[in-house]
Amino acid sequence: MDNKNRKGWLYLLPAFLFLGVFMIYPLIDVFVYSFEEGYNSASQTFFGIGLYNYSYVLHDPYFLQAVKNTLILVIITVPLSTGLALLISVALSSIQKLRELFQTVYFLPYVTNTLAVGLVFMILFKKTAYSDGLVNLLIQCFGGSSVDFIDGPYWAKMFVLCFYTIWVVMPFKILILTSALASVNQIYYNAARVDGTPKWRIFTRITLPMISPMIFYLVITGFIGAFKAYSDAVALFGTDLNAAEMNTIVGYVYDMLYGDSGGYPSYASAAAIILFAIVLTITCINLLVSKKHVHY
Amino acid sequence: MRQTIDFQKIQKRTRTRKALGNVIIYALLTLWGLIVLFPFYWMLLTSVKSYGSYNAEYVPSFFTLSPTLQNYADAFTTVPLGRYLLNTLIFTLITTAIMLVVITLAAFAFARLDFKGKNAVFTLFLSLMMIPNELVVITNFTTITNLGLRNTFLGLILPSVTSVFYIYLLKENFAQIPDELYYAAKVDGTSDLRYLRRVMIPICRPTLITIVILKIIECWNSYVWPRLITDDPNYYLVSNGIQEIRENGFGRENIPAMMAAVVVISVPLIVLFFIFRKKIMAGVARGGTKG
Amino acid sequence: MKIVLQNLTKKFPSRNKKSREEVIAVNDFTFEIPDGKLIGLLGPSGCGKSTALNLICGLQKPTSGRIFFGEDDVTDLPPEHRGVGLVFQNYALYPHLTVLKNITFPLENLRGADKLSREEMEKRAYEAAKLVQLEGLMDRKPSELSGGQQQRVAIARALVKQPRVLLLDEPLSNLDARLRLQTREEIRRIQRQTQVTTVFVTHDQEEAMSISDRIVVMKDGVVQQIGKPQEVYDDPVNLFVAKFLGTPPINIFRGRAADGQLFIGQEAILPLQGVSDQEVIVGIRPEGFILQEDGPLTCKLSRVEVMGRDISVVSTHSCSENAVIRSIINAENAVDPEAENVRFAVKPHKLYLFGSETGERILFTAE
Repeated sequence: MDNKNRKGWLYLLPAFLFLGVFMIYPLIDVFVYSFEEGYNSASQTFFGIGLYNYSYVLHDPYFLQAVKNTLILVIITVPLSTGLALLISVALSSIQKLRELFQTVYFLPYVTNTLAVGLVFMILFKKTAYSDGLVNLLIQCFGGSSVDFIDGPYWAKMFVLCFYTIWVVMPFKILILTSALASVNQIYYNAARVDGTPKWRIFTRITLPMISPMIFYLVITGFIGAFKAYSDAVALFGTDLNAAEMNTIVGYVYDMLYGDSGGYPSYASAAAIILFAIVLTITCINLLVSKKHVHY
Repeated sequence: MRQTIDFQKIQKRTRTRKALGNVIIYALLTLWGLIVLFPFYWMLLTSVKSYGSYNAEYVPSFFTLSPTLQNYADAFTTVPLGRYLLNTLIFTLITTAIMLVVITLAAFAFARLDFKGKNAVFTLFLSLMMIPNELVVITNFTTITNLGLRNTFLGLILPSVTSVFYIYLLKENFAQIPDELYYAAKVDGTSDLRYLRRVMIPICRPTLITIVILKIIECWNSYVWPRLITDDPNYYLVSNGIQEIRENGFGRENIPAMMAAVVVISVPLIVLFFIFRKKIMAGVARGGTKG
Repeated sequence: MKIVLQNLTKKFPSRNKKSREEVIAVNDFTFEIPDGKLIGLLGPSGCGKSTALNLICGLQKPTSGRIFFGEDDVTDLPPEHRGVGLVFQNYALYPHLTVLKNITFPLENLRGADKLSREEMEKRAYEAAKLVQLEGLMDRKPSELSGGQQQRVAIARALVKQPRVLLLDEPLSNLDARLRLQTREEIRRIQRQTQVTTVFVTHDQEEAMSISDRIVVMKDGVVQQIGKPQEVYDDPVNLFVAKFLGTPPINIFRGRAADGQLFIGQEAILPLQGVSDQEVIVGIRPEGFILQEDGPLTCKLSRVEVMGRDISVVSTHSCSENAVIRSIINAENAVDPEAENVRFAVKPHKLYLFGSETGERILFTAE
């Protein structure tokens, strides 16, 4: 019996070591950090224990800017990408020809390096001395005036960020929704057709309720993902996000930790915990709402 | 029931409606297809335009008549792109290999062995799935720095190995193998490790392949951790590499060379995707999320 | 509303991509379903009966041929304009809607002059529910109902819009044996009460025979025989129909017509007239045997099964195509279960001859 126990733990040991050192210990440690005031990473000393780090972070204009940016990003991209993905998935599942081709193409952004393709978006939107950039030329074509999306006004930059974020998250959502749609038994559609149900009514009364668990799953993961946005912004605006006014909460955490403004793991911890609290709250609200509206 | 139904009218109406609907659907799908593909086309196109002709175009042209591979040569010579690629390859392969061993052993223990505290540990593992990376990265950064592992492969790899989700996925798959096989093997005097190697791994190969592919994608695209832990370009991975190229590489204006680097970085995963398209999509649908 | 099918044919491209051959699911159907009758479409699985049903309701389009409801040609009409009610094999109840919502669902689709008020809808729903005796369950979700109850909800939903034609696809196959018996009576009662022309598809011959006004026996997409159940049973046109109908199944022997006599093995069973000398296949219904001590057919006795009113004599014969011969005999006849052989005479009208190659019925006159 003892032998048996030892054996089980032996098999688990590697996983346990990795998880213990790089997940469980850090998880505890991050809370410790966040309460240690005036921590100095060089000497590894601190003055005292308290809530100063949180207070500092919450009063830091860069953090507030990051929170604002992140919230805007979340509020715009989550509904838009989910809705668009739903539209595209429904369109996809109503055709036979070319379906697989479209599906394959739509999935491509998933397997690309966010940083690398972000560069392409940058040059498409950027206005330089040599050229106004393709998007601006397009705008001019339609009679608008050009605007620098990368180094220009706030909302222009926010637009590109949202656009790129949606471009990046769409493959996953389309994939999940098409397979959810495919799993709805054809027999319900036949039954509805025999009853002369109009298309939009089939969609709202049968399709939507039946795939609602998947939609809510996407909304929840979408919220979590969008709150953790970071590399998309780096790809578009470079590593100095504070200067570009495009920092995100995660970006703020990393900036506090490392880089030109870095060396403050305590502030970083406090910011990370605040982020975690926000995400947790939103997820709980989502779950409560879904209990009411989702048919399982 | 009304007996005077105008059949022809109804028929005609349904037919035109259907045709119209089809046009709208295909238009929508094609539009999104173009939005997805256009950046890829643009990076390929730009990467074969010469530096001079790119900068001379105020209105960028949608094709080029004199493609050049000079940019690709530049990408490999002016900046250490080859180095970045090699680093990423080493990082990806070693991380994936270690992960595979670790999660297979753990999943086997959870699925097949009986020991005290198994359920408690499994619950603990599951709850770890909810922990965001951002929370633990701070301490990991300090840990690795204190161990003096900055700018080493070890420092890059160690914190990237663990993946609770894959343990869970594999455990579920292992658990589907009927117990009889295990008992039969026991009767034949097969050791646990041999049973794992000879029976469970072959049966669950599809899941293992899926996990490997997903992990490779994850490693190839990882940015945050490598950025924190390396500042020596000799240890840059492609993501950091491309960022470095963008900020200090060819000089900011050599966009074609930059695009050539982007193409080189993107190609391996796209090739992998076209080979394992079905597996990747099925694997992601089963529970992958980006990042 | 009578239904007329004219040369109805449905072909599918073959699943096997290599061969270009088409699968003919429904081959040249021509028959008429009289108004207000209950028709059973009967055949083994894969015979095209479900396809035929889908053609009638409009979910599939025929390759050629026409369908008429009354005088209206509905061939190219989409299902929603045909006025059909369809009950699916798995019921297809919407799992997220209550019983009431499921039943009112078709009514909510009505537009224009047919549009109903909410009260009117519920009134109609409760009428339909009453017909299938579901009144007490209107607020439940389908998952909270038993299989039989779900079945009745599906029927109510099909009936609530007062269809011209009611179609049922294997309506009983998902129920257990006892419930099946009960539900088929229920279907019969509902059909009688509503007088709606009803077509139902089944592979269970007993089911079809017991409640249908007419049965249509199908095989490989071809109609074999149409008629009242008893007529088809008593007068099968070919070997397939004879074998497909009846429990226990008909007993098949290799036989020979020669010199005005029917031979099974060496024994002359029956005098025949109007049959030329040839090899034949002989079918004898289980109830066609008469226990007779000097009967012409000698079989080797295996066992005797007592079924109460009747007894079933199980025996074997070297010319039998079945493993055993089953005969149903009135229980008043005593059989010695220890005896080695048992001898039968046969009732001529329970014995059919079929061509040994074609399987087509060969008519004869006894004596």
